[in-house]
Amino acid sequence: MNKTWNNKAWFMVLPVLALVAFNAVIPLMTVVNYSVQETFGNNLFFFEGVKWYREVLASERFHASLLRQFLFTGLILLIEVPLGVAVALAMPRSGPWVSVCLVLMALPLLIPWNVVGAMWNIFALPDIGLLGHTINALGIDYNFTRQPLAAWFTVVLMDVWHWTSLVVLLAYAGLRSIPDAYYQAARIDGASRWSVFRFIQLPKMNRVLTIAILLRFMDSFMIYTEPFVLTGGGPGNATTFLSIDLVKAALGEFNLGIAAAMSIIYFLMTLLVCWVFYTLMTREEAQ
Amino acid sequence: MKRPRRRVLQGLGWLVPTLYIIFLMLPIYWLVNMSFKTTNEILGGFSLWPQNFTLASYHEILTNPVWYNGYISSISYVLINTVISVAAALPAAYAFSRYRFLGDKHLFFWLLTNRMAPPAVFALPFYQLYSAIGLFDTPWAVALAHCLFNIPLAVWILEGFMSGVPKEIDETAYIDGYSWPRFFVKIFMPLIASGIGVTAFFCFMFSWVELLLAKTLTSVAAKPIAAVMTRTASTSGYELGLLAAAGVLTIIPGAIVIYFVRNYIAKGFALGRV
Repeated sequence: MNKTWNNKAWFMVLPVLALVAFNAVIPLMTVVNYSVQETFGNNLFFFEGVKWYREVLASERFHASLLRQFLFTGLILLIEVPLGVAVALAMPRSGPWVSVCLVLMALPLLIPWNVVGAMWNIFALPDIGLLGHTINALGIDYNFTRQPLAAWFTVVLMDVWHWTSLVVLLAYAGLRSIPDAYYQAARIDGASRWSVFRFIQLPKMNRVLTIAILLRFMDSFMIYTEPFVLTGGGPGNATTFLSIDLVKAALGEFNLGIAAAMSIIYFLMTLLVCWVFYTLMTREEAQ
Repeated sequence: MKRPRRRVLQGLGWLVPTLYIIFLMLPIYWLVNMSFKTTNEILGGFSLWPQNFTLASYHEILTNPVWYNGYISSISYVLINTVISVAAALPAAYAFSRYRFLGDKHLFFWLLTNRMAPPAVFALPFYQLYSAIGLFDTPWAVALAHCLFNIPLAVWILEGFMSGVPKEIDETAYIDGYSWPRFFVKIFMPLIASGIGVTAFFCFMFSWVELLLAKTLTSVAAKPIAAVMTRTASTSGYELGLLAAAGVLTIIPGAIVIYFVRNYIAKGFALGRV
């Protein structure tokens, strides 16, 4: 759509700008403030420059949680995206079952995040949980509160349970936008199932899949509540992701400078990835 | 030649979604199962269904004000937030979908970055900010704080729906002598009614499931149900039955909302704006 140039449109954006700026700019400036100062209580602050940043960037604890964060995000993207596409491809295209599938699949998305954590805690308990009990009955020693590997398995499985539906819904919406004529043409050409997927369905899902990956990247990168409730970041620090570490430093240890510097670095990383995806998306739209 | 094989494949097509849905339902079943057991039975051993069926946990939640007030405050801040987000986003989304103006692309990207900002970054400053303006521990604090990610989302979704409405409609209305506010409310909003529904749904959803900010910004009076649950888990020992029942009750509002908008969800997603 060709848009008219009209600077008065700023007035329409004003309420949004005010509300979001109030919530984004003031807190962000507070964080920036803390990140360059040292405090000894009593509201006395001293300028410290980049000391905290240097400390955070050099600390092994930050490297470890960053590494865990990337590992987790990579793992869940590798599982959720193909699984979501596969389920979307197998879903019925019309009929009464579509609504049933959609409602049931969307259900995990609407459960408060700490309830998701609590639910999986109960589900995975080794002695009385369905999952834990079944795995142990199969002869595999499983206890997510003591074994780091089991904790990782549970946290990843929980995230797959929680968010794959988002990929399914997006991919399904992308698939539904393909006109029937495309499939008819493919049938006439005698195209195989694979080439229908590769040359018709995948290109049509391109855009929604970019959005799905972007959303899953961002949301898994800031994941906090679910693993916190499920494992509390443990055993040890095995599932302490970036947000959990940050909240620990800010509210648990009250290390304001460190926590603030960490926040800024964390935020800049999210911003960078967000920008890359946004540029990719808008370029696609322009084409 | 290919027909029979294809039919077999199609016949098995229902298997994948079915298995997936079973996988989704298992933890939910387990939660429901636990909620009908007594704490003693839960800790006593493993059983696939309640041996001594009891509604005691539900009874406790629905009669104890600490519990049900949690639901009331959760629902009140979610509703306030949904109304504010949609109301503020409507004119902004219209501006983005119809006009070009100075810095529009940068503004749009900046809005989106707030959808992507980790709430953990903002938890502490939010606490100080809302204490300073005297809104701490009210539903308004949480409702306003959730605007941080819900308004960008609402603008994004609504912009998608509005771009689907041809511009000629606006122009015709102006020629007919409609002022902008009257045109917007009388003609434009009914046209994108389903879009407003989808937007409200997503605002409801993201405000309902968020806990970190909601917990940070409340202490006693406006404590959300999710925070009441975490407290129960830590202070009164291990009351799994109560916890499970409270969990089940938090799923119900979402399930109701989702049932009403089921036909619009796919459409909202189809525009690729979530």
